Amino acid sequence: MMNQIVQGILLGGYYALIACGLSFMFSVMRIINLAHGSLAILSAFALWLLASRFHISPFLGLVIVLPLMAVIGWALQRFLLERSARGGALLPILTTFGLAIVIDNVLFEQFGADTRSLAPFIGSLSYDSWEWPGSIYVGKLAVIIFVAAVVLLGGLQLFLTHTGLGRSIRATSEDPDTAGLVGVDARRANTIAAAIAMVTVGLAGAFLGMRATFDPYAGATQLLFAFEAAVIGGAGSLWGTLIGGIVLALAQTLGATVHPQGFLIGGHVAFLIVLFIRLYTSGLGLRGLLGLAAGKAS
Amino acid sequence: MSLSVEDLVVRHGLLQAVRGVSFSVERGETLALVGANGAGKTTLLRAIAGAHQAASGRVVFDGADLSGVPSHERVRKGVALVPEGRRLFVQMTVEENLLLGRTAGRSGDWSVERVLETFPNLKPRRHAKAGHLSGGEQQATAIGRALMSNPELLLLDEVSLGLSPLVVDRVYASLHGLISSGTTIILVEQDLNRALSVSNKVICMLEGRVALAGDSRNVSRDEVTKAYFGLHRKGAGGVPA
Amino acid sequence: MSATVIERGTAASRIAGIGVAAIILLLAIAPQFLSAGAVDRVTALFIYVILAAMWNALAGFGGLVSVGQQVFFGLGAYFAIRLANAGLNPFVSLFVSAIIVGAISWPISLFMLRLKNGEFAIGMWVIAALTHLLVNLDRLIQGETGTSLISLNVYDASTRRMTIYWLALASMTALLAILFGLLRGSTGAAIRAIRDNEDAAASVGVRVTGTKRLLFVLAAFGIGVAGALWLATSITFQPKTYFNVQWTAYMIFMVLVGGIGTFEGAILGALLFFLIETWFGGTGVWYLIGLGATALAFSLLLPRGLWGTLEERFGWRLLPVGYRVRLPINASDTTGASPAQATTSREKA
Repeated sequence: MMNQIVQGILLGGYYALIACGLSFMFSVMRIINLAHGSLAILSAFALWLLASRFHISPFLGLVIVLPLMAVIGWALQRFLLERSARGGALLPILTTFGLAIVIDNVLFEQFGADTRSLAPFIGSLSYDSWEWPGSIYVGKLAVIIFVAAVVLLGGLQLFLTHTGLGRSIRATSEDPDTAGLVGVDARRANTIAAAIAMVTVGLAGAFLGMRATFDPYAGATQLLFAFEAAVIGGAGSLWGTLIGGIVLALAQTLGATVHPQGFLIGGHVAFLIVLFIRLYTSGLGLRGLLGLAAGKAS
Repeated sequence: MSLSVEDLVVRHGLLQAVRGVSFSVERGETLALVGANGAGKTTLLRAIAGAHQAASGRVVFDGADLSGVPSHERVRKGVALVPEGRRLFVQMTVEENLLLGRTAGRSGDWSVERVLETFPNLKPRRHAKAGHLSGGEQQATAIGRALMSNPELLLLDEVSLGLSPLVVDRVYASLHGLISSGTTIILVEQDLNRALSVSNKVICMLEGRVALAGDSRNVSRDEVTKAYFGLHRKGAGGVPA
Repeated sequence: MSATVIERGTAASRIAGIGVAAIILLLAIAPQFLSAGAVDRVTALFIYVILAAMWNALAGFGGLVSVGQQVFFGLGAYFAIRLANAGLNPFVSLFVSAIIVGAISWPISLFMLRLKNGEFAIGMWVIAALTHLLVNLDRLIQGETGTSLISLNVYDASTRRMTIYWLALASMTALLAILFGLLRGSTGAAIRAIRDNEDAAASVGVRVTGTKRLLFVLAAFGIGVAGALWLATSITFQPKTYFNVQWTAYMIFMVLVGGIGTFEGAILGALLFFLIETWFGGTGVWYLIGLGATALAFSLLLPRGLWGTLEERFGWRLLPVGYRVRLPINASDTTGASPAQATTSREKA
């Protein structure tokens, strides 16, 4: 039991990674990017391609893929989101959903239906583990992912609170018009935020590929995980996302012990329960439930 | 530096909030904009700051036409607005709000320390969230935030609104210091006496137009009051829309 | 001085009304002249029209963009299987199932309608994913293996085909009529007020949540009917197929291309989707890429869709759901409002 809890907490690190980009983008631009999961899968496939075709280790491949993801984030904001956000709050949902369909099916067209994994390309790391007191075995990779999540969330937090650019992004997320009046280029802040969000998505995709398998249509599931972790973590700081990820993972672990097919059900149910409690205790409705996750980063 | 506004028209949808306003301000001058609610003063200030796009006419600052220049670029050129209602970033601290004013990167004397010297009431509140400040502290932060961009032209929209007379005195005392340092100021003020005493030029707006423009020392309170209520309009009989 | 004229229809719309009746009549007798394959295709078209109209009711009129509507499609089929398995006539099961779906959507709406925009959109997706997993647990369904609506096999193929065709036609007509009536009635005014500006509507006393709930339940019911009818045409039920987000993707495509928030646009979009599927459906994955790209392009470049754009440009209105106010052109304009407002005839709720 103790073993499962530890595994659950470590898995929560991955969920925090995939969730933080989603909630970051939502808090800055008020857009929920439905292509979020698909973009993570895109990153995983890019690393897989580099590894299988050019024998570039996935860790080294990140040096190529993460900057590419930043460029994708920049382009996404400049050419799609900026334009569709002008048409109201509903249009970006449709735009990013259309984008998700395109990405999923282009990946399918390119790579076929086979499930892939980056595990074969990272050597023994995929199965090495440490023994902790109480004969708990923890995978080295799971620990690396968890540490990466903590470092990333902490780094993002420091960036947002201690740099001029970070302050500009927070100001834009709070009130873009006034940000402009004090000299912040809101457009630039949004674009940089999108680029940062996509780098986190790229990293999440890499870790997904290393710890599990993926296929062209796996993006939807990852989007749901990200959304659930972000909402469960909800109000608070970026660290809320980490808590949300851990709660989601523990609920899934619990679900799996109850019923062989209970893994996903457990996660969804936990999400709905948290949502239910939040809705009926805050009395505020959910407006900005995600918004508080990264905007209030201090 | 000088600012000239030439036949400026600003629309809110179908409504013309500013209907062909022209005036100019020279370096170091202080212009008071007065007029009833809805006369178009706030819209005029926001159009100068770039928060509203003009439908026609021009805003020329330092010889450069600002048409189509976004607000953050105008800050870089030296125009700063203290917006109506302060519009602080409430989830950020006083210091962070002030530091944001430096984003445009204009060099100058203003620093967080100097703002805190100018508004001593902010000193103990430096690391407090802007949302937790009193009205006077918020106003001081908003002015300080604008000053941090080292503006040549400072636009102040109703800085005394909602403040106690004592606090207003303190805010205006700090303005006197700015004026003597050569900053150009345009301020919107409901309190006519204050407006006339702090400024050297006054413009009274009525229904989006200039109803009266003059030297603050030469116009009488009575004249301004008449213009304020539309009793002073030259060529009376309704100007075509 | 001329008077303001308020009219409900135009000459074109009256002709269109007669046209609609004629089309329905033609469609009703069409199977006499169509091949078996063609009858099946047209049945699919009817189902597409239902899906488009229902998603449009939710998103275009209720302002609720959902990417989880496949939950009602899947449940429509699932309950039909369950009811038929319990001994109910399979054709009757289709509609009882849809009623159950509508009833289930009510408690879901109490919860989900408190979410906003994107949160509602993905929240519905979570509901769909969870429902899919729960349906998989049903022993009758045998997980992803699925099962069939076996009891339908007591009817011979041609009777089955004709019955389903007519049921689909009748369902489509009835659902469109309900939606049309809703939009034309007093609820319609509320719906259009919400569509134009939700906060303003609430401030003048429009029952925003109640109206949205009505649209949510109607959409769930209609999509439930569509799911049950789809089951009837294909007999087999595999949860993965029915709870697939692709159904919502189709709905979004149809409505976005046809014209979101216009009654006619959804129908036009379904027709276009049907034609595209007929011509390009065989190209597999490229067809799906094309659908996604088209939806993406419309959301960016032509967010009002084809019908919305035509309507705006030419003032077309075949099936009037609102009122047209013709302001007298030479009315003396003392308020200073732009004259442009007086010369165009604007549709007011």
